[in-house]
Amino acid sequence: MDKAMYAIEVENLTKIYGKGDSAVTALADASIQVKPGELVAILGPSGSGKTTLLTCIGLINEPTHGKVVIDGTTVADGGWHGGIDLKRMRREKLGFIFQAHNLIPFLTARENVMVALEINNFSRNEAKARAAELLVSLNLGHRLNNYPSALSGGEAQRVAIARALANKPKVILADEPTAALDTENGRNVMILLKKLAMENHSAILVVTHDHRMVEGFDRIFHVSDGRIDTEKYNSES
Amino acid sequence: MNLALRDIRYHRGRFILTSIGLGLLLGVVISMGGIYRGLFADALAVLDSTKADIWVVQQNTNGPFAESSRIPEDIKYRIKLVPGVAEASPLSFQTIQIEKMGKPFRFFLIGYDTNGFGGPPEIVAGRNIRQKHYEMVVAKAMKMDIGEKIHLGLHDYTVVGITGKVVSSGGDPAAYVSLADAQDIQFKKDNDAIRNDRERIGTNLAAIQSISPSQAKYLKQNIAGITESTHTVNTIVARLAPGANLHEVQELISRWNHFRPISVEEQTKILTKGMIEKARMQLGLFRIILLVISAVIIALIIYTSTLDKIRVIATLKLIGSQNRVIIGMILQQSLLMGFIAYFIGYGLILLTYENFPRRIVLEAFDLQVLFVIVIAICTISSFVGIRKALKVEPAEALGG
Repeated sequence: MDKAMYAIEVENLTKIYGKGDSAVTALADASIQVKPGELVAILGPSGSGKTTLLTCIGLINEPTHGKVVIDGTTVADGGWHGGIDLKRMRREKLGFIFQAHNLIPFLTARENVMVALEINNFSRNEAKARAAELLVSLNLGHRLNNYPSALSGGEAQRVAIARALANKPKVILADEPTAALDTENGRNVMILLKKLAMENHSAILVVTHDHRMVEGFDRIFHVSDGRIDTEKYNSES
Repeated sequence: MNLALRDIRYHRGRFILTSIGLGLLLGVVISMGGIYRGLFADALAVLDSTKADIWVVQQNTNGPFAESSRIPEDIKYRIKLVPGVAEASPLSFQTIQIEKMGKPFRFFLIGYDTNGFGGPPEIVAGRNIRQKHYEMVVAKAMKMDIGEKIHLGLHDYTVVGITGKVVSSGGDPAAYVSLADAQDIQFKKDNDAIRNDRERIGTNLAAIQSISPSQAKYLKQNIAGITESTHTVNTIVARLAPGANLHEVQELISRWNHFRPISVEEQTKILTKGMIEKARMQLGLFRIILLVISAVIIALIIYTSTLDKIRVIATLKLIGSQNRVIIGMILQQSLLMGFIAYFIGYGLILLTYENFPRRIVLEAFDLQVLFVIVIAICTISSFVGIRKALKVEPAEALGG
């Protein structure tokens, strides 16, 4: 199978919540393409529709109209594409990073990464080794057996990044990944994401409202009132 | 990776406390079952230990346990002569409550013919009754020592032996004395009462003008002899000869006036269906109520625990976890809780049941059935949590 040119392709994506008079258009005719290895930001104020865009690409929210293609597989085309296994797609193609790290509190740092691997049918030993390798690469080798409650905000977010990367996904979706961090830690996370995008050849789509954090991104989309207004290349920002 | 065990490991304090609480509740359920079985065992203890085939009691009564029954002791000779009867022996029963060390001391006194049967089923310490009078064998539960004396009626009785667990249908421990002693204790009047009775009979006879003083004296002696006789028993128990037909023997005894021959099967029915039926039903109802309470508690614990994990579940769903992983986590926790709680309850009752005031009989079948019920309750209760978990949207993992 030929390698897809784009990791993410969104065409004329529309999401309408509710029906009739109470219908609210959260996203209208959004179109973006992200190449593998690209780091892309979606900027916009609260309620602008950026998280809706992320959830439609992340196969969490069913689009009302439009097309979503992930790594060459059409997942939505005016609603979910027939026969598509959303969970499997999420498991195999997507990695998620959340605003709060969303680590499982009763698992250690290593186990939090292992869980993503084990649900993808990695053997226990393989999962254990890969989780340790990932965490060591993110300078968390000394925190393997710590529970999330014993980690700092920055460390917890790095564990979350390791979990998102565990299955070597084609697409990483990050929802306000720096919102719970101080400026320095936030900046470090963004630098890390940039590095990982290049190293892993993954497309990384980051939703944020913080302009200061998008320094070094390849492209930046501005969203307001459910529409993608402008697209900037890094050299322009 | 077993998420259920990881969660339990992390929240072990909470899990252990919850399991102990549930274990105590299941311990009560187990003890209720044990008391339920104990009621049967108690009700049938004397019946079983006597090993008789027929209980001959006063006509039109369900004696000697369910109703009062009084029959002459010498009827035993007639019963022994009935074809098919191998041996017959008289028995006397009475419940006695006295004060011992300032506390009520209640027991079930059985008088038996030391040359017959119906005496203590086993002697665990000391010896059996050898003398005709003033010796006693007591059940272990009476907590008396060999050589200890107890005052009953007009005399002191010495404990010479200890028997095992024999109790009345009411659960009172049994004590054995010779039939003559039991009859004395039950029927013999004290000296003042005897003197009063004799005076009254003498006065009544003197008032009858048609009899001479010598006739009156003769009658007075005979009447006093009859009224002071203690040769009354509550039942005569009989054992059949090998090959004898129970119904034929019953039929023969039934033809006599004033007596009713009750088979062991009928006596068992009288004791279990009549005397302990309400207590049995009450205990059964308590068990059901407690099991329902356990089910509600388990369901609430699992539901609350699922609510605590909504974000975890949403995250698992978002990263593509299969439903079986989430269902497994909830179901395994529920089952493990039920399993541990069951064994806590079982262990607790196993360690303490001998100290219960009433007999607790733990039967393997009951314990196995309860285990299956507990596991079924845990499985069904976990559905509440599973239902909630399956409704969780992956999107709930997003946001702050």
